[in-house]
Amino acid sequence: MKKIGLIVNPIAGMGGAVGLKGTDGIHTLEKALALGATPRAPQRAREALEALFKCINVDSLFYTCPQDMGENLLKVYTKNYKLAFPKFKGELSSSLDTIEAAKLMKECKVDLILFAGGDGTARDICSAIGLDVPVLGIPSGVKIHSAAFAVTPAKAGELAARFLSGKVRNLKESEVMDIDEEAYRAGEVKARLFGYLLIPWERNKIQSRKAGTMPSERAIQQAIAEEVVTNMEEGTLYLLGPGTTVKAIGDRLGIEKSLLGVDGVLDGSLIGKDLIEKEILKLVEQHKKVKVIVSPIGGQGYILGRGNLQLSPRVIRRVAKENIIIVSTPQKIASLHGSPLLVDSGDANLDKSLRGVYPVITGYRERMMYRVEA
Amino acid sequence: MGMNMETKLRDFHQARWDEPIIYELSREGERGILIPEVDEVMRYPDEGLEEIPQELRREAPPNLPEMGQMRVLRHYLRLSQENLGADLNIDIGQGTCTMKYSPKINDQLAANPKVSELHPFQSQETVQGLLKMMYETEQYLKGISGMDRFSLHPGGGSHAIFTIASIVRAWVDSRGESDKRDEIITTIFSHPSNAAASKLKGFKVITIYPGPDGRPDIEALKAAVSERTAALFITNPEDIGIYNSRIKEFTDIVHSVGGLCSYDQANLNGIMGLTRAREAGFDLCFYNLHKTFSSPHGCGGPGGGVVGVTEELAQFLPVPLVSFDETTGKYFLDYDVPNTIGKVKDFYGVVPVILRAYAWIRSLGEEGLKEAAKVALLNNNYIFKKILDIKGASAPYAEGELRMEQVRYSWEKLYKDTGVTTTDIQNRMFDFGVHYWTSHEPWIVPEPFTIEPTESYSKDELDEFIAILKHVANEAYTNPEIVKTAPHKSVIHHIDHDYLDDPEKWAITWRAYKKKYTGYFEPRKNRDE
Repeated sequence: MKKIGLIVNPIAGMGGAVGLKGTDGIHTLEKALALGATPRAPQRAREALEALFKCINVDSLFYTCPQDMGENLLKVYTKNYKLAFPKFKGELSSSLDTIEAAKLMKECKVDLILFAGGDGTARDICSAIGLDVPVLGIPSGVKIHSAAFAVTPAKAGELAARFLSGKVRNLKESEVMDIDEEAYRAGEVKARLFGYLLIPWERNKIQSRKAGTMPSERAIQQAIAEEVVTNMEEGTLYLLGPGTTVKAIGDRLGIEKSLLGVDGVLDGSLIGKDLIEKEILKLVEQHKKVKVIVSPIGGQGYILGRGNLQLSPRVIRRVAKENIIIVSTPQKIASLHGSPLLVDSGDANLDKSLRGVYPVITGYRERMMYRVEA
Repeated sequence: MGMNMETKLRDFHQARWDEPIIYELSREGERGILIPEVDEVMRYPDEGLEEIPQELRREAPPNLPEMGQMRVLRHYLRLSQENLGADLNIDIGQGTCTMKYSPKINDQLAANPKVSELHPFQSQETVQGLLKMMYETEQYLKGISGMDRFSLHPGGGSHAIFTIASIVRAWVDSRGESDKRDEIITTIFSHPSNAAASKLKGFKVITIYPGPDGRPDIEALKAAVSERTAALFITNPEDIGIYNSRIKEFTDIVHSVGGLCSYDQANLNGIMGLTRAREAGFDLCFYNLHKTFSSPHGCGGPGGGVVGVTEELAQFLPVPLVSFDETTGKYFLDYDVPNTIGKVKDFYGVVPVILRAYAWIRSLGEEGLKEAAKVALLNNNYIFKKILDIKGASAPYAEGELRMEQVRYSWEKLYKDTGVTTTDIQNRMFDFGVHYWTSHEPWIVPEPFTIEPTESYSKDELDEFIAILKHVANEAYTNPEIVKTAPHKSVIHHIDHDYLDDPEKWAITWRAYKKKYTGYFEPRKNRDE
């Protein structure tokens, strides 16, 4: 018997069609409704369920939420479901209900939570359960910058079925990104790294067996960490940026590296955790030699300006181009399909000067030469 | 009725035998041949045995399958019917592998008892013909490449790359630069063995990505080279089929910092006789005889990865070489290689493969070799044009330019339009009796496939393959389910590759299979229920 959680954010994606770039917050929702927006998430969730029920071959019990947060859709396909809670906290469903549902599903020890929504929904679930339960997103929102979503709703259903029947066993820590919706509406895209969710991860079904079995992402991150740590210099301040690849360097050093923050490391010891720009500048002033270690965040390949705004133009100018160390798993570089790595520090002149070909550490004694563009 | 000549689609169905593993067919005591009894003395020869340490002596005979001759024959014929080999299908879907026709007469030559019955320890006096054949093959390869000396020993492409990496290692060490020159540069579209062999020989690996035109980024190479550069390991044209006409600039840049340049010419088919490693500035190169020079590829049989080097590097080649003594007029196995890396293969190397290459080169001659390459280019650009006309297909990089002997295509648009992946297309192609391969990882080209028609196939056959591809792509738009649930007419529906990714579960030998059988693999009787 497999247990599956289903959370549908019924209002996700409504802002998109009416040009509102997101539906976070009740006022935006009212605006969207006034502009004649219609729900998008239910249809997307239906497509995913359609695929899921077509493929699934194991007994399953669902946990879902009342009405348009899941039950209305699910009851068409199965009677085997329970409600996480009988009614919403308010008159309409809200993000509080999403958080509550995710927590309850975790307590019920579900094998997977399938959710329909966008970055905001992913963020709510991430805040509720973190990495405790595998999760898979049905892309339904206006903003999909997070890596926690399948490519299409149908793919989400198929992957969920394969995961539940044990055909897919790999799990991957994937970025939950969120952009500032106010800024987005004003025409600016500033995604930040909010946290990580654990998603089922299927390598291409048929691999080139010639290439042999690839090591796990975790093993590659450890190899990268080994390479970085082997070459660390005494008396040099290392500023470790956010992300799991950089965190592996902290793990190798035996320090508690913050996952989402910028930390300072000197001679193998943590000397500053989750630093803000001011603190970073102060540390930089105190040390003659400074290097900064960054990793591309999310699918677009940003190494500066997404998820690490603490590494501000002032910090980067002080550190200098040649002291930027880029680390990345080879898969992440491959997923760019040839597009360059990007910088968007907020200072166009600085960005321009940072362009060029950089060595990217991709493993133990392995580098790739890769372009950075502004 | 035969196939519909209008649509060029066959009503195909592959044989499905559900054939067990040979060990499952084994019955204790069953024999193929009964050998006459031998006397006691022969049965227990004591002499020499005492030199074998006790712990290395077998206590029980090896566990080999026991079967009668007819059953063995049926077993392997059934397995062969569950395959789509180069002799059975229009095998142009396995791009990069050069699945061309290997004339059967060459197989007959290689199987001739005059060759097959030779013993590797036979006196060299008695194998002068074989040695002469090997010597002359080397002379032809020197002409084709412009290199000064060849080793015919490596048994395949990766083995050749390993030999080359060993030579680079010996060269670096001989110059006292072991601690200094510790980096080898390669490209993402070169075969991954270039990086792997370099690592194995203790080098750091730097990989270069292509620029927007699909050629390796020359600016990245400039940023990568230094006094630490031991060598560049590069392919041209790379697997995507685009010729890098600036290749001499690449070798010049590496030479300017004192490094060596190795040319991965495993697949020579597009430039054979047209351009040479020497003129492109390379110090080492290798050819897969089983791609370009008339030996079946891959699991079709043993291969040959011949390594050529310049005069300066000949001192490091593996032993023995085959040389000719002018005073005695004899050919001989030459162990006089001052700084040899040692042996890379037993005895003479893979003689049947070398013999096929010799026969093939002799039968074609210089003009024939050039013609073969040109026809391969022509065939490829014909099929290139036809595939670009198929809805949903594209060829990334270098838009509007012709290609060399193969093309890496993308179903990115088809996937976005229909949700059908290149793997789905692959599975559906089997239903029409042709093999199709996605591409080497990593998939930098999204939803990739690589087609290499070589010079061997007729226009009719190329058209048939295209008709199938076009039909399947059309199905993706009109009836995606039939593609996504394919194959429907093949030997087996789906092989679960997860078995191969988990050390707890994979089984490379029958013994390992039995050990893990009750754990992960379900016993056969349960599976059938």
